[in-house]
Amino acid sequence: MNKNKYLKIVKDLTPKEKRLENSALAFLMGGILGFIAEAIKLILVNNCHLTIRDATTWVLMIYILLASIFTALSFFDRLVMKYKCGLIIPITGFAHSITSSALDYKRDGLITGMGASFFKLAGSILLYGIISAFFFAIIKVIIYV
Amino acid sequence: MFSFKDVYITDYFTIAGPFERKSGIKNCNLYLEDDYYGEKTMEQAEAKMQKTVINNLRDDKTELIVGGDLTNQLTAFALSTRSINIPSMGMYSACATSASSLITLSAFIQSKLIKEGIFITSSHNLAAEKQFRFPVEYGAPKPLRSTSTATAAVGIKLSKTPSKIKIVSATLGKTIDSYIKDAHNMGAVMAIGAVDTLMKHLTTTKTTVKDYNLILTGDLGKVGAEIFKETLKQEHNINIKNHLDAGAEFYPNFEYAGASGTAVQSLLLVTKYIHQKKYKKILFLATGSLHSPVLVNQKNTIPTVTHVLYLEVEK
Repeated sequence: MNKNKYLKIVKDLTPKEKRLENSALAFLMGGILGFIAEAIKLILVNNCHLTIRDATTWVLMIYILLASIFTALSFFDRLVMKYKCGLIIPITGFAHSITSSALDYKRDGLITGMGASFFKLAGSILLYGIISAFFFAIIKVIIYV
Repeated sequence: MFSFKDVYITDYFTIAGPFERKSGIKNCNLYLEDDYYGEKTMEQAEAKMQKTVINNLRDDKTELIVGGDLTNQLTAFALSTRSINIPSMGMYSACATSASSLITLSAFIQSKLIKEGIFITSSHNLAAEKQFRFPVEYGAPKPLRSTSTATAAVGIKLSKTPSKIKIVSATLGKTIDSYIKDAHNMGAVMAIGAVDTLMKHLTTTKTTVKDYNLILTGDLGKVGAEIFKETLKQEHNINIKNHLDAGAEFYPNFEYAGASGTAVQSLLLVTKYIHQKKYKKILFLATGSLHSPVLVNQKNTIPTVTHVLYLEVEK
């Protein structure tokens, strides 16, 4: 059958995603994470006598630990399905992607299974994160020199 | 088109997973308590499901096992048949594996090469997700058009001994291009193949859709079923009213488009539709989306194939 005719039928009958609702939920969850992170940071700075820089690192580590534990306890995936990028974009998404890959391949061997698949999803984030950091560093040097 | 004179379904055995039981899948022989079925991995659990089905169906006369699943290189089939001690033949046509296996077995029986054989297929939600999509615990957001792989296993025994369910004829479909690159929209991928083989079957048998009590497609899902009906209407001017899609019927009240997987259609056929009095003439359209992660990553359009079986049920 005619390609364009079929693609039109498919386009007409494929349900549209609830973009507004999805974006609002993601925005809300991202905001809540940021709010809690700020609160933890202030508590650490005021009560534990950490510098702001150290406190930020601690906040990131706490988020990574919690996201990994929640993934292992098998309810974080349901939250990700609901709040989507609100949980995927922050550091929680990075930790979650690594933990979920590790869980999937835990029985496939330490080297060929879990080791090889550990960064299955996070590998792209690392690679392109490092490449963009390199270019942004060059831009920063040009601007400030 | 192939005609069969002496091929009958004499027995069947079905297993469904815990989520399927909660979703209201009835009359299965066995329900799993959890996804692991006492095994260490999802793939081994799927193999154990197949093995349980085979062991419940086999007898001294079983000469051949034909079937397949969705795991890489038919891992589950290989594991399930390795200690069965019956000749076996693995097949892969994605979710059309059921029809391609049943047609192959029917041809063996009709040509008197064997007297009795078993068709086996299974799908496991977690094994399929791991292989085709993202890690299980990642919970990657699913679009509304996507389907979810069902956890189930089905075995059907075919024999030349007459029974109430007869396989009358079959049409093997061509593999065609769906023009779709989106692996989430499997309904759209398969609907065009379903229309193609259905028309081929109707033309060669000189029948119309009204000659059948039920036209049962595999796992088009709600979205694919609508596309199937609309394409038939626009392209061939056929208004189909006696159509049901197993994938769309499988999980009622499901947020997404429905169920997919090789076992979905044959499970509903043997646990539900052949027992309903109104369905005496059933056209079984097994639809397969022949995609793989490699094919999708390399931006190919997804090939699809549909095979048709015509069954008559004596009530």
